[in-house]
Amino acid sequence: MKPRTANKIATVVIVTFALLIVAILVSLLGYILIRGFNHISWDFLTSAPQKIRAGGGVGPQLFNSLFLLVLTLIITVPLGLGAGIFMAEYARPGKLTNFIRLVVEVLSSFPSIIVGLFGLLLIVNTFNLGFSLISGALALTFFNLPLMVRITEQAFRTVPKQQKEAGFALGLSKWKIVTSVLLPVALPTIITGTILSAGRVFGEAAALMFTAGMSSPRLDFSNWNPLSPSSPLNPFRPAETLAVHIWKVNSEGLAPDALQIAAGASAVLVLTVLIFNLAARYFGRFIYRKLTASKRMS
Amino acid sequence: MRGQPTNKRLEKHHIENLIGRIYMSFCVLLLIVIIVSMVYFVASKGVANFVNGEVKVSEFLFGTKWSPEADTPSYGAFPFISGSFLVTLLAALIASPLSICAALFMTEIVPGWGKKLLQPVIELLSGIPSVVYGFVGLSVIVPFLRDTLPGQGIGVAAGALVLSVMILPTITSVAADALASLPQNLKESSFALGATRWQTISRVILPTTFPAIMTGVVLGMARAFGEALAVQMVIGNAPFVPHSLFESASTLTSVITLGMGNTTMGSPQNNALWSMALVLMLMTFVFVLLVRMLERRNKI
Repeated sequence: MKPRTANKIATVVIVTFALLIVAILVSLLGYILIRGFNHISWDFLTSAPQKIRAGGGVGPQLFNSLFLLVLTLIITVPLGLGAGIFMAEYARPGKLTNFIRLVVEVLSSFPSIIVGLFGLLLIVNTFNLGFSLISGALALTFFNLPLMVRITEQAFRTVPKQQKEAGFALGLSKWKIVTSVLLPVALPTIITGTILSAGRVFGEAAALMFTAGMSSPRLDFSNWNPLSPSSPLNPFRPAETLAVHIWKVNSEGLAPDALQIAAGASAVLVLTVLIFNLAARYFGRFIYRKLTASKRMS
Repeated sequence: MRGQPTNKRLEKHHIENLIGRIYMSFCVLLLIVIIVSMVYFVASKGVANFVNGEVKVSEFLFGTKWSPEADTPSYGAFPFISGSFLVTLLAALIASPLSICAALFMTEIVPGWGKKLLQPVIELLSGIPSVVYGFVGLSVIVPFLRDTLPGQGIGVAAGALVLSVMILPTITSVAADALASLPQNLKESSFALGATRWQTISRVILPTTFPAIMTGVVLGMARAFGEALAVQMVIGNAPFVPHSLFESASTLTSVITLGMGNTTMGSPQNNALWSMALVLMLMTFVFVLLVRMLERRNKI
């Protein structure tokens, strides 16, 4: 074959395959959103699910997902920041640093089901926290922490060196430079990454089945006392999240409209992840402008 | 003398640094404690059956019969281990060519708008939760396979298709990074010799970036191997070694997902599930090791 013909064929094949991926995404999103959108209503978003009868909603599940996300971020963000700053600014090349890097790499590549099982052994059984929101949040911490470390480290590495040197020239302590010079510059990247990782946490199911549990107790949304068992704010109650609910409805759902519920819940889940994606872009830029007095983001 | 730091100022300086160091050491230490305890806990449960003589290692790894509730129970996990490997390899075979083409499209064919078009697509695909992939697989791919091909629709083929879409973004983004970081002069000298774009891609670009692209493939396979719920929904969960791609099968993750809640803690059957978790964990180490080896080869 002439090289030119081969070139043309190869180009056509590559372009076709690339466009095929775009087509897959468009049809995937289109299918989920169109199929599920009809089923989304205010009632669907707020009412409790039905076991046998049709017409159940996903209210408690949606609330659980959001609450769990908040709990997880409260735990992981400070820890991830600390370890990430260490890796970016303090760690000297050597055996210890290599080891920590390996730990982060292994931890981030563990399957989420292993994280869930570990949570079941350690948190649910050994620490005796039972199937609860707090168990779920801790399991998600193991899942999210390596991500946060990487995000922080990368964000700090992109800060120009001059910023640090200027800080040293002013006679500031290293920790002061890290917290009040480097952190504000790195913050937009960190926030963008955190919001994107929040999308992953929001859709995670395998790690939560064995830690947060697969059922939600009857919730009383007028009871805001965090210690009462029927209060939605009680972190020690079992909680089924939206993603777990989709799995359960598909695998063992008894309601006659199980497929519609799964479609509606999937659409809610995907829409939320889309919102997280957009928010990450917008918020990163917004914070950057606020903190650095610059008009544009490089 | 003015400008000389006073003792008090020095103290504040040191205390700040000390607090920072203690805080960071705590965070790093926590990471190490988590991983050590994770390996310890899963491994101690995973070897329980082998230690107390309930099941032999060889029987667990190569036995093809899984009947924990029979009078003489047998715990052969080979159908699940082979199922996991089968769907993972198939998914990688489907996804790799697509991903490499997408990466070439972004970096070599139309670097400008190709990247603008595909970058968000890749990000969105990787953001879609796995249960949603499972749901779409169950309501689109399974009926499609049932209508067009022999079998029930659920099975190895459906699992591999769902997984291949899930690992597309992983492979594509790693491959695109590798292609983008290739020194420009390599390409230019190839073009200067009169090579066409395809000749340059197939004889210069792909061979040079091969280890890096393989890193992406291995990362994708690691994700596919550990994926639980999406596969569980479409694979059928029959405890046999499948004879064709359109038959039901099981993977390690799908058996754990279904079995863990229904067995009592500490029973031999439950411990066999933990042994499977241990296999999953060991495979993760293998994948990480492979990625590290490939990355070392990548440094020219």
